[in-house]
Amino acid sequence: MTDDLCVTARGVSKIYPGTLALHKVDFNVYRGKVNVVIGENGAGKSTLMKILAGIEQPSEGAICLNGEEIHLKGTRDASERGIGIIHQELNLFPNLTVAQNIFMGRENTQYGVILDHKKHIEKTKMLLERLEHPIHPDTPVSDLRVGQQQIVEIAKTMAQQDLHVLIMDEPTSSLSTAEVEVLFRLIEELRGQGISIIYISHRLEEIMRIGDYVTVLRDGKLVGEEKVKNIDIPWIVRSMVGHSDTKMNYKQEKPIGDEILRVESLTLPRRGGGYTLDHISFSLRAGEILGIYGLLGSGRTELIECIMGMHPESTIDMYLEGKKIKPTSIWEQIQKGFAHIPEDRQREGLVQTLSIARNMTLASLWNYTKGIHLLHKKEDDSITKTIKDLEIKVADKNLPILSLSGGNQQKVVISKGILTSPKVLLLDEPTRGIDVGAKADVFKIVNKFAAQGMGIILVASELKEIIAIADRIIILSNGQATGELSGDEITEESLVKASGKGHTSGKLENIS
Amino acid sequence: MSDIMSQVAGTQAKSNVSVGLLLLKARTFIALILLVVIFSFLTPSFLTPNSLILIAKHVALYALLGIGMTLVIISGGIDLSVGSIVGLAGMIAGGLIHEGLRLPVFGVTIYFNVVIVMLLALLVGTGVGAVNGVLITRFNVAPFIATLGTMYAARGFALIRSNGETFPNLVGNATLGNDGFPILGAGNIVGIPLSIWFMILVGLAAAYLLKKTPWGWHIFAVGGNEKAAKLSGIRVDRVKMLVYMISGFCAALVGLIVSSQLVASHPATGNSWEMNAIAAAVLGGTSMAGGIGTIGGTLIGAFVIGVLSDGMVMIGVSEFWQMVIKGLVIVVAVIVDQFQRNMENKMALERKNA
Repeated sequence: MTDDLCVTARGVSKIYPGTLALHKVDFNVYRGKVNVVIGENGAGKSTLMKILAGIEQPSEGAICLNGEEIHLKGTRDASERGIGIIHQELNLFPNLTVAQNIFMGRENTQYGVILDHKKHIEKTKMLLERLEHPIHPDTPVSDLRVGQQQIVEIAKTMAQQDLHVLIMDEPTSSLSTAEVEVLFRLIEELRGQGISIIYISHRLEEIMRIGDYVTVLRDGKLVGEEKVKNIDIPWIVRSMVGHSDTKMNYKQEKPIGDEILRVESLTLPRRGGGYTLDHISFSLRAGEILGIYGLLGSGRTELIECIMGMHPESTIDMYLEGKKIKPTSIWEQIQKGFAHIPEDRQREGLVQTLSIARNMTLASLWNYTKGIHLLHKKEDDSITKTIKDLEIKVADKNLPILSLSGGNQQKVVISKGILTSPKVLLLDEPTRGIDVGAKADVFKIVNKFAAQGMGIILVASELKEIIAIADRIIILSNGQATGELSGDEITEESLVKASGKGHTSGKLENIS
Repeated sequence: MSDIMSQVAGTQAKSNVSVGLLLLKARTFIALILLVVIFSFLTPSFLTPNSLILIAKHVALYALLGIGMTLVIISGGIDLSVGSIVGLAGMIAGGLIHEGLRLPVFGVTIYFNVVIVMLLALLVGTGVGAVNGVLITRFNVAPFIATLGTMYAARGFALIRSNGETFPNLVGNATLGNDGFPILGAGNIVGIPLSIWFMILVGLAAAYLLKKTPWGWHIFAVGGNEKAAKLSGIRVDRVKMLVYMISGFCAALVGLIVSSQLVASHPATGNSWEMNAIAAAVLGGTSMAGGIGTIGGTLIGAFVIGVLSDGMVMIGVSEFWQMVIKGLVIVVAVIVDQFQRNMENKMALERKNA
């Protein structure tokens, strides 16, 4: 064992009743380096991280910190040894402020009992400035967008003292390009301070950019470990899935029909002056996939929410198939032919206490009734057909929804929207937190419904993805439409350029 | 390697686990059977038809309240006002029969037919439920507070109605056309009291609502994840109005049955009965967090409470100890419930990893 290694796992196995999540995995964490772990969903990445962070105990094998074998009893134990973890799913208290969240569980006190909140606020300010997100420390977390919450999550771990090892489980899944840049600069800085970083991501480009070492897991086994400078993306994909296919282009030839939706002068005032959405106009044709690209706080999610009638304070002139309509409630919008796939699958998309089948038909139950009586047969047929159409991997449709993987859960949320037979499908970040294979599936589904004549509006923050799927892209920046690209005009450069317009760092503070 | 594989194989002996889980799921039912067996050993008169029917009559009251409460709790709320609605509905009906509706302006007193009296009392109960619903949906008052408020107000109105007095002897008067009220409490079909038939009918209707209609599924969705329900186009406010109105209706029905059984209505009737209703729902596996629960479970829960109370009375346990034991039973039930839920979640996760 050399001094280069900070943490090592030797022959670690984790058995859950009935499954072998990890099988004799050796894992090296190099000191002061960015150690990337990749693998498809279910490969065992998260389990390995949980073991390193003390959340789970290995069934077999040993973990060594600085050459000394350790047995972590819990997260507090791990944290005392300088191991911090940023979870994939956000773990914040929405009812508390940013500062309270950051110092929860490690409060600064005077005389041992009295909270020293002034100090919390100061430290929070410093941390957030370092993260280039000067969010006010007294802002309630519930007022923040998902991306900003991710920043708070990162700040929370940064506040930990004597941090040696930082585990980041897909930290960029809800961040836009600009925010990812900030995170990368931070990672560089931490690496410079000698902190060892374990980084999990599905975004292969990121790995090539910031990784030093890469470890590939497949089906709970170690497939390979390599220096990043010795490898390329095809190598990663080959190791992950066993074959290589990095090309991202999901576009299909499909007929594009007449205008199905026209939105004129959509305006949403912002609390404290200005506009979250400033006179946005666009039109959508049947069979067209319209991408909405924008950074965090650009108004991309609000645009969809306004169309669904969730913001009564907005003004909007909207024409569906030439007929003027007024969005007043979600229910009415669904009746008129809109379907909405929300951004936050767990909080807004699924009812966790219900089964897979019940989640799927939740929005369309009245289609399977005679009077008030639900016709189970009719519903079942519809569910079975959708499961087949969308290629959802389901052992039994009556199992709890949480028994599915993230990608399949997302497909269930999409089916819920599709089963209302919409004319216009609105998707807000449909590929967030799902693996490469599931992403391709989701885009395949989107294409399929576009080809059937549905109009699709798709919000995405990942450049490569939106380029790969959208026929036309509208770029939002700070509430304004700063560009519209179609066909060959769509390039990464043009998108990034347009998305930065109208943004100054000073204005960032207002976005909350 | 081989030892790991054998461990994996060992844990795959799932049949034991599922038998255990089945026993856990049926635990309230098993507890009920155990209680019946124990009490019938301790008092020979326990298993006689008369005492069983008496117990079932008590159970029917808890069960009817519990059915409404179950719907409310599944939707993610709570209804503390049901006990007071029992009292209020009884007083409305009792007052209308005993002294009629006085209209001093015209100098007349109107005596309604008993059926209309009962419908009016049910309407008042449903109306209090509607007030709960409006407070919760329109004015965003937390269910606990909104129904705490109506609990006091409804009890207050019940007392105001008679100035705290009892309306006695509610037999009515054939010449006024308002006799027949006691039939509700004393009547029976094939030897089974009407109140038990009501429990069965309302139970079936509620179970049908929950399992076989879109509204029922919407109730589950609202309690499971209100935000997701809203985004799925479910009119959450209507769902909430519905459950509180049903709960109010059930409570008023209980009020009528009790007054009819006693042939009198007393304003303090139903005091703290909401706790029995909540206990029945919880014993029956309804999750206080919302989104989970069954009518069948609540009925069994109501039987457990009824059998436990009456059984303890019969074997002569002191009233104070009865309270202690009831409290313990409820807490233990919830602990076991949590245990079961954890086990189920774990199994769901295992399936995901498999």
